[in-house]
Amino acid sequence: MPPPEPGTADGFTITVDGAAVPVRAGQTLAAALLAAGRRSTRRTRFAGSSRGVFCGIGICFDCLVVCNGEPNVRACLRPAAAGDTVETGQRPGTTADSGRGGAGVGGPDAGEGVR
Amino acid sequence: MSSGAPDRRSEHRRGAARLAVVGAGPAGLAAAVAAAETGAEVTVVDLGQRPGGQYLRQPTVAGVRPDPHPGRAGDLLRQAGGHPRITFRSGHQVWSAEPAGDDPSETWPSSRRHSSSGGPAGAVTLRLFGPAGPDTLTAPVVVLAPGGYDRVVPFPGWDLPGVVTAGGAQALAKGQGVLVGRRVLVAGTGPFLLVVAAGLASAGAQVAGVVEAAPLHRWSRHPLAVAGQPGKLAEAARHFAALRRHRIPLWRAQAVTEVVEDGAGLRATVRRVDADWRPGEVTRTVPVDAVCVGYGFTPSVELAVALGCATRIDPADGSLVVTVDELGRSSVPGVLVAGEATGVGGAGLAVDEGRLAGLAAAHRLGLLDDAGLGRAAAPVLRRAARQRRFAAAMHRVHRVPDGWTEWLRPDTVVCRCEEVTAGRLRADVTGYGLDDIRALKLVTRVGMGLCQGRVCGRAAACLLAAASGRDQPLEDFAKRQIVMPVPLGAVAEEGPPQ
Amino acid sequence: MAGSFDVVVVGAGIVGAACAYACARRGLTVAVLERAGLVAGATGSGEGNLLVSDKLPGPELELALFSNGLWRRWATELGDRYGDIELEAKGGLVVTGVGPGADGAAGLAGLRATARAQAAAGVLVESLDPAGVREREPAITPELAGGLFYPQDMQLMPAKATAALLAAARADGAEVRLRTEVTGLSRDAGGRVVGVRTGAGPVAAGHVVNAAGAWAGALAGLAGADTPVAPRRGFILVTEPVPPLVRHKVYSADYLDNVASGDAGLQSSTVVEGTPAGTILIGATRELVDFDHRYNAEAVRRLAEGAVRLFPPLAAVRAMRVYHGFRPFSPDHLPVIGADSRVPGLVHAHGHEGAGIGLAPATAHLVAQVVSGERPDLALGPFDPARFRTEVEAARAAA
Ligand SMILES: Cc1cc2nc3c(=O)[nH]c(=O)nc-3n(C[C@H](O)[C@H](O)[C@H](O)COP(=O)(O)OP(=O)(O)OC[C@H]3O[C@@H](n4cnc5c(N)ncnc54)[C@H](O)[C@@H]3O)c2cc1C
Ligand code: FES
Repeated sequence: MPPPEPGTADGFTITVDGAAVPVRAGQTLAAALLAAGRRSTRRTRFAGSSRGVFCGIGICFDCLVVCNGEPNVRACLRPAAAGDTVETGQRPGTTADSGRGGAGVGGPDAGEGVR
Repeated sequence: MSSGAPDRRSEHRRGAARLAVVGAGPAGLAAAVAAAETGAEVTVVDLGQRPGGQYLRQPTVAGVRPDPHPGRAGDLLRQAGGHPRITFRSGHQVWSAEPAGDDPSETWPSSRRHSSSGGPAGAVTLRLFGPAGPDTLTAPVVVLAPGGYDRVVPFPGWDLPGVVTAGGAQALAKGQGVLVGRRVLVAGTGPFLLVVAAGLASAGAQVAGVVEAAPLHRWSRHPLAVAGQPGKLAEAARHFAALRRHRIPLWRAQAVTEVVEDGAGLRATVRRVDADWRPGEVTRTVPVDAVCVGYGFTPSVELAVALGCATRIDPADGSLVVTVDELGRSSVPGVLVAGEATGVGGAGLAVDEGRLAGLAAAHRLGLLDDAGLGRAAAPVLRRAARQRRFAAAMHRVHRVPDGWTEWLRPDTVVCRCEEVTAGRLRADVTGYGLDDIRALKLVTRVGMGLCQGRVCGRAAACLLAAASGRDQPLEDFAKRQIVMPVPLGAVAEEGPPQ
Repeated sequence: MAGSFDVVVVGAGIVGAACAYACARRGLTVAVLERAGLVAGATGSGEGNLLVSDKLPGPELELALFSNGLWRRWATELGDRYGDIELEAKGGLVVTGVGPGADGAAGLAGLRATARAQAAAGVLVESLDPAGVREREPAITPELAGGLFYPQDMQLMPAKATAALLAAARADGAEVRLRTEVTGLSRDAGGRVVGVRTGAGPVAAGHVVNAAGAWAGALAGLAGADTPVAPRRGFILVTEPVPPLVRHKVYSADYLDNVASGDAGLQSSTVVEGTPAGTILIGATRELVDFDHRYNAEAVRRLAEGAVRLFPPLAAVRAMRVYHGFRPFSPDHLPVIGADSRVPGLVHAHGHEGAGIGLAPATAHLVAQVVSGERPDLALGPFDPARFRTEVEAARAAA
């Protein structure tokens, strides 16, 4: 079986947080987001800070988005499909206000990020 | 078992000389071609949509020009793609591997060397997850060529959107035709930074500079290694010429020690660093859209570790690598390993190692006799040895000393998945008296997130060693039976090995 | 290494840590000796359930009820200064008749009988019909016959609890020595244990507490006080972090049979719970296979299958990790707690099998009372270390 050929169809659009975003056939969700100037993919569970594509090859799980209702989709691996509905800025793994974490021997140099 | 699985399994008639190759990068493709040429039926599994791996990445987007791959590595794509005995399973992730056998209730050594039990000696079952669901692939011999990924040391701001790995930026440009930013800074250490900077510039990015933490004049200390590799010298010269052509400055013995948000973009702080990378004065701050960082590579050893292959620390760059003989044979019979997982050495070396492992696999399958193996391997062995010397010299120049730990602030995130900060980690290590990786993971959750410690593991081990005064075995971050997260439905459906 | 302590605790799992905490708080001088690192044993590879629901009326249930109160108090005592141990009083839910083909009526009858007996022994329990179950667990399968809800069941994070207990014990003067293996017990002319030998020298002790978990038999053997504690292996699957999907500790009623069985072969039942970290833990398998560290793919497959049958949405949730540990199994399913009549000075605190996290505080409280010469708050007869005469003789004969 020879390797598949690159996509040849023309572009299409997907919906990202309610807005239409153009996609070139064969692009991943991450590529489409970046091409549209959208750097942030998700927020973190505990601190709620923004994250975006980091490793670009499926290793780091920072590029998680919700795609067609499916949570924790790695945007850098998922090829975009016409009509996809993508939500960014979600906090995977928690409801917005249930963040907990950190072990907790308090101390002057314990970081702030985990509370 | 998923629908369609029986067809797939019948691809492999029982008794046929079968080889499974994990990874379709230069090493995996070379192994597949070498073994297929001797008559083996080869299945190549890769997570990517198209074969090639990181180095030979092929675009999936129409109109994006593939790299004009130089030399032997480039030919492999054509040879492997057209070979009648090579089957590709693209878009498939191997999430677990066990020695195969006939008794489904039998258990398998997962953490130490073992002799065969039950099934054909050294046979392996790979558990796959692909677009059509779960599947298993059993073969009497496997070549693991899973490559590696960028190593990044933490620094304040490394978790901001817009800070990406050098390899990630390259993958997006090469495979997707997308730039991570219009104006970018490339930082870290190693010759790969030059490749990425030149690539991004040719793709239309404005590269503000390359920040290289090593002083670089140290190259001159390894004239023998360089002399043995005139090709490498020419390659380096080409990269430097590309930088000059694009007017990209190279700042040596400096590092990006902090990135902050600045309006819609980012601002990177560049500092001078000493030989141990302790931070000195600020040399410049650079406004950019994106910062691409790379501090060498982390070999992917998880599959081999899950199969019980012995590992060692590569003295050249301190990475955890699989112990293999010169033909890529690991401590587990029937499991061969090639490419970055046996030591980071670049695409050229990976091709040679892949070829050697493919030949050794054919030998184990009975397709080559001792003499045939010796004849075919000899010239490749010589070339591989030269390239390994060169790689070792390169690692010495671009080694990563521990001074980066002084770039951290208490609120700097070390474990990105679980948001464990440097301050929290150090406070818990001293407050609770933690002195090993297992306890550190359980108590602080460092390395317990979705990336399974791939991104932060080595940095966390380094911080733990400093705070506890005890050396830490890196293998504790690589030991896991589920090598990549996989839906529970797939775990449930997966039948016992057939 | 030298020193002399009122109490030397062998093992830094949750039981050893709890004993150190309880003893140090009474002003006793304490050393904890651990051959590996913190939570190297079962404590680092279990779940953190503190259950009353899985115990029938009898001495173990009394221990569990006593522990339940102690854990609530300890969590507050520890929380402010030594870190959150993630104690959640979430309640446990036992369901029966799950999936097609299950005999719901028989299951329900069995459950209700158990509930009546437990209620008489002081356990709070509420009977639920299928709608009641789904009200508490909206994501659970509709295919079930009913269940019981146990509001007293709780959960905590064992590694954090152990670390916090040891930190608190240290604050009360205890010494914790990791990477220190106990290789022998020193005895005086009268046969009394007066200390231990370690790779780093002898340590003198008024009492030696055997909190060596699944390895407790080997330690007791060093003093000739044979105790037939055996490792019972268990695998756990851990998912990626997801929004709250499983609200309580939920398990199928066959778990009770598996716990009570002494069968050596692979047994699995479905036990599912969420954690504050967002992950979902899936247990539980049981095998008597000695300290065998090999992976068992079939055991893990059954865990996933059971979890998906109980909570169908889990099929799409990713498994992130699998690990195993060795429960300290005692042949009559009761822990081994108290002074050893055969060897004065030796005190046992082990054999809790799959309930050591839950039973640690009561165990530690009783051990501290024994060491201080007080009358224990619970009768120790059922937990007597010398009770296994038949098993010990059989093992000797076999050897
Ligand atoms: C899969 C699984 C799930 C479980 N789930 C639960 C649950 O939900 N709730 C619950 O209550 N319990 C649960 N358990 C059981 C629980 O984990 C154990 O009962 C408990 O951890 C036992 O604690 P311990 O301190 O006695 O033993 P361990 O934690 O095993 O500690 C014993 C320590 O002694 C050390 N040691 C041994 N010999 C020596 C020596 N000679 N010198 C020095 N040190 C020595 C060992 O290194 C070890 O660290 C589970 C267990 C498993 C395996
Ligand atoms: S960017 Fe790392 S997984 Fe997608």
